[in-house]
Amino acid sequence: MSSQRTSRAHAAGSPGSDAPAPFPPGIDPFIYAPAPESRETARLRTSYQIFVDGRFRDGEGESIKSINPADEEPLAEVSEAGASDVDDAVAAARRAFDGPWSAMPAAQRGKYLFRIARGIQERARELAVLETLDNGKPIKEARDFDIPTAAAHFFYYAGWADKLGHAGLGPDPRPLGVAGQVIPWNFPLLMAAWKIAPALATGNTVVLKPAETTPLTALVLAEIVADADLPPGVVNILPGGPSVGEAVVSHPGIDKVAFTGSTEVGKLIQRATAGTPKRLSLELGGKAANIVFDDAPLDQAVEGIVTGIFFNQGQVCCAGSRLLVQESIAEEVVAALRRRLTTLRIGDPLDKNTDVGAINSPAQLAKIRELAESGEADGATPWSPPCRIPERGYWFPPTIFTGVSPAHRIAREEIFGPVLSVLTFRTPAEAVEKANNTPYGLSAGIWTEKGSRILSVAAQLRAGVVWANTFNRFDPAAPFGGYKESGYGREGGRHGLEAYLDV
Amino acid sequence: MTEVMSVPSAPPLSPQKKPGAIRKGTSAMPVADLSRDTASLRRFLFGLPGVDQAGAESRAAGLATRTIKTTAKAWAIATAISMIDLTTLEGADTPATVRSLCARAMRPDLSYPDTPMVAAVCVYPDLVATAAEALRGSPVRVASVATAFPSGRASLATKLADVREAVAAGANEIDMVMDRGAFLAGRYAEVYDEILAVKTECGPTHLKVILETGELGTLDNVRRASWLALLAGGDFIKTSTGKISPAATPPVALVMLQAAKNFAEMTGQARGVKLAGGIRTTKEAVRYLVMVNEVAGAAWLTRDLFRFGASSLLNDLLLQWHKLTTGAYSGPDYVAVD
Amino acid sequence: MSDTSVSARIRHASRVAPDHGSAREPTATGSAGRLKVRKTYKLYVGGSFPRSESGRSYPVRAAGGSLLAYAARASRKDLRDAVVAARAAATVWSRASAYNRGQVLYRIAEMIEGRREQFVTEVSAAENITADSAALQVDAAIDRWVHYAGWADKFAQVAGATNPVSGPYVSFSSPEPTGVVGVFAPQDSSLLGLVSVLAPVLTTGNAAVLIASQDHPLPAVCLAEGLATSDLPPGAVNILTGHTAELAPWMAAHRDINAVDLTGVVPESRAALQRAAADNLKRTYTPGDTDWFADPPTARLSAFVEVKTVWHSQGV
Repeated sequence: MSSQRTSRAHAAGSPGSDAPAPFPPGIDPFIYAPAPESRETARLRTSYQIFVDGRFRDGEGESIKSINPADEEPLAEVSEAGASDVDDAVAAARRAFDGPWSAMPAAQRGKYLFRIARGIQERARELAVLETLDNGKPIKEARDFDIPTAAAHFFYYAGWADKLGHAGLGPDPRPLGVAGQVIPWNFPLLMAAWKIAPALATGNTVVLKPAETTPLTALVLAEIVADADLPPGVVNILPGGPSVGEAVVSHPGIDKVAFTGSTEVGKLIQRATAGTPKRLSLELGGKAANIVFDDAPLDQAVEGIVTGIFFNQGQVCCAGSRLLVQESIAEEVVAALRRRLTTLRIGDPLDKNTDVGAINSPAQLAKIRELAESGEADGATPWSPPCRIPERGYWFPPTIFTGVSPAHRIAREEIFGPVLSVLTFRTPAEAVEKANNTPYGLSAGIWTEKGSRILSVAAQLRAGVVWANTFNRFDPAAPFGGYKESGYGREGGRHGLEAYLDV
Repeated sequence: MTEVMSVPSAPPLSPQKKPGAIRKGTSAMPVADLSRDTASLRRFLFGLPGVDQAGAESRAAGLATRTIKTTAKAWAIATAISMIDLTTLEGADTPATVRSLCARAMRPDLSYPDTPMVAAVCVYPDLVATAAEALRGSPVRVASVATAFPSGRASLATKLADVREAVAAGANEIDMVMDRGAFLAGRYAEVYDEILAVKTECGPTHLKVILETGELGTLDNVRRASWLALLAGGDFIKTSTGKISPAATPPVALVMLQAAKNFAEMTGQARGVKLAGGIRTTKEAVRYLVMVNEVAGAAWLTRDLFRFGASSLLNDLLLQWHKLTTGAYSGPDYVAVD
Repeated sequence: MSDTSVSARIRHASRVAPDHGSAREPTATGSAGRLKVRKTYKLYVGGSFPRSESGRSYPVRAAGGSLLAYAARASRKDLRDAVVAARAAATVWSRASAYNRGQVLYRIAEMIEGRREQFVTEVSAAENITADSAALQVDAAIDRWVHYAGWADKFAQVAGATNPVSGPYVSFSSPEPTGVVGVFAPQDSSLLGLVSVLAPVLTTGNAAVLIASQDHPLPAVCLAEGLATSDLPPGAVNILTGHTAELAPWMAAHRDINAVDLTGVVPESRAALQRAAADNLKRTYTPGDTDWFADPPTARLSAFVEVKTVWHSQGV
């Protein structure tokens, strides 16, 4: 360093000093001071109730404590639904469907959805902080992605309500009736929006079960729904565990089942609904390949790889969990990746500068650890950047495995955590073959400057969402869903209407 | 301190292979073997990885979400001040305006006498002598624009004479303009040779090469121009003359910082980046410091390797400092005009 | 000039005056005896409210003949200026994301809803209908605006396509805004009809130069006041009041207008305008009689878009 720099006195900026001291300062490196979002914004209550037939009430089930995964502290008590609550909710949804909701002009349904969208926008900051507390994801992500995208889904589907005849599904497509919806914990409010918005826009009513570890934002959404004066029973929210989900899905009063979660449970649901008239859509797991060709825009490809696997701590069904990098540039890309990982900030999810937050639950953390250990046992080489892991809470450092072979468990099984498996290929054909060599088929990434290659490779990939020179881009107007064991049915876009219509 | 600013010896980094780079042996300076004809230069420059515009903008936007408060903000404000090339480049400049600027450069804020001095004062060549006199004995450098700034449309002989006179008058640093016409017409060897000639004319005087990124059209061109200027010996690459819009923007800065970083990895030499034009607020300056920190690395957070070319930015930094220290918002009456 | 004739003129003027009071304020909302601050009805061009450059205005009368207000009488130069403003805005507005356009339009619906009583008053006076009838129209206009706001991020999915072509090519078609659309608002339906011709132009990303109903222009100016405070780029909508027959030929012949909606032009006059429009091959839209309360077809959306088909080779 130059002599000028080292000669500056250390004054302002010393950690621990309250007021900035007079000039000159000058500590290197550039240390970002804590920048915590205010926890009070979440308006956390001590207890939350279930929402049935337009009212909040205590559920018949156990009440559980929802935990903050970043520090293992309890956040609130949440009343859980019991079997009779499920019955009541389905009955209320049926009454609403047979009564006011079906009788209502379609444009009016749309205006209710606009109200809900506005309600989410107005309470956006509150929802973002609450989501971070309940899920463990960085506030930056909840604030900039989860909540705005949830509002956008309601805005988008609001506009379809009175235009269904133009959707290419016939002149007057009819709704299915009562939809039972079960959603996961990785994007709690957004998943609720993905389910509720299209269902209501098409004229159905819903009974939704949020994930057991992340019920809070769904229950605030219930408040927003009530504040919008939605007729009682149109939306019902039943927090609870797997047994509540099972009760909802298998209830004879449900016409339509929509599930997002693991492939394992998706198969159970398909078996359970077999032989019934229930319509089913599933959005399940993935093991996406992020393919980087030798002519990729390298710096942006590195960003895309990082986003692909470390966004939401890798707890994303469409995560780019396999890096397929062309062998000629593999060393360079991995080196660039490692350098880039050293700038990732892991820590307090409420800090606005945090990039990587906590894992959602001890169960999930155990799964990630088990698979990571298997990777090492199989002979792959793990690497993580130096990072300070908090003592309490459920944490896993961002990890890259090199020397991975397609037969390794970490190349085949969904880890659902911040763990990237790096494999190589020599030709486009080999890349496609390796990318497709999985029972999953949710998403994939392609990085190359050559347009014709993007289109050719995209056409050959057996994946429902293909991102080229980008990754993890979501829009309510763009359909999302999987091939093969990643599920069936599409959410988002014009295509997202089909799952909820009798067509 | 009157020593001429020399390019600092950054810790040597092992040369890495770049895709498409012409690999000549294993020396740390493969560039020396590059034939400097247009065809070879084009092959090298077009062998560099492309820049995806959407991806670059997305990364820049992501970096802008960093929240820099309290102690970090104090450090950033002080650091930003120390990295400013305080600039006046108006047709109406007089010795009086330049002397006034120099006084501010050495003492930016009377209410806070410990405020760091800026890095340099930047003026037209015919006012260099005035600036040098006003700054005599202080560590503030004298930077001069040259080579028919801002357009660069003059003969090589004229441009070199421009440089010669500025250096003779006491300039420590020369900010030259790249020939954009030649660059956009693909005459890369001509651009290279011109920068080389200017650097030779500079001698030990520090050379910044203004790319005028607002005229280059694409981020790919920004990357190629950055490399061309660095290969030809520029000590700094600089975004803009400040005379056209757009000037410095976050995606452009991202690409240039990445280029400087990659160049250092290939050659072991750390070269600097200067962002000029349109940077008026503390918020922007802090965002750029975050970008330097996370893209090029902490080693670039020094006035030897990073500068802001600005005029009104200084006052906004001072106003933000007032707010940090007093807790109340300040106003223009409390900072000096030029 | 003799004294008697001057005073005669003054006496004559004062005889005409009395009706102004009650006709201009059709429903009294102020306290008795309070002097109202009367509204001035100007043009809306480039986001501002200028008077006509010609300085002209014309009386707007209620059905019985009583005077409602003077509205600006736009000249061909005002039209020229409006087209310049619209062209500049069209670039900005067409580059906004579809989601953003939908958001901006939805908020305008919120604004109209917020000014509902004011619009009911204006429409009732303009068309000489009861407040209840006017309220029906205003409510329908708000819902119509919401309807079109919801099309912004969907029309491309309905009107666009990926084309299953032969050969190693990917081909897709998308609708793009045509640019600047000249719109003749319906002569009779002063708000609902106005909204029904304006909103589809905006939602597809076009900028509009709109000639309001000649006899019932005041609700259009009221709408303009709301648009001015919305997030629409200035010039995305320009509203000119005046004589339709005077302005129509200039609109039809203007070479920097891409399309014209001839709804508000009587059928007998349309042919001449279409001939003039042929000079730069404007797209012309000539609907028949429309029940403004009925659900609109998508024709008004497709009328003002161009379909772009892109081909890209496919191969490693």
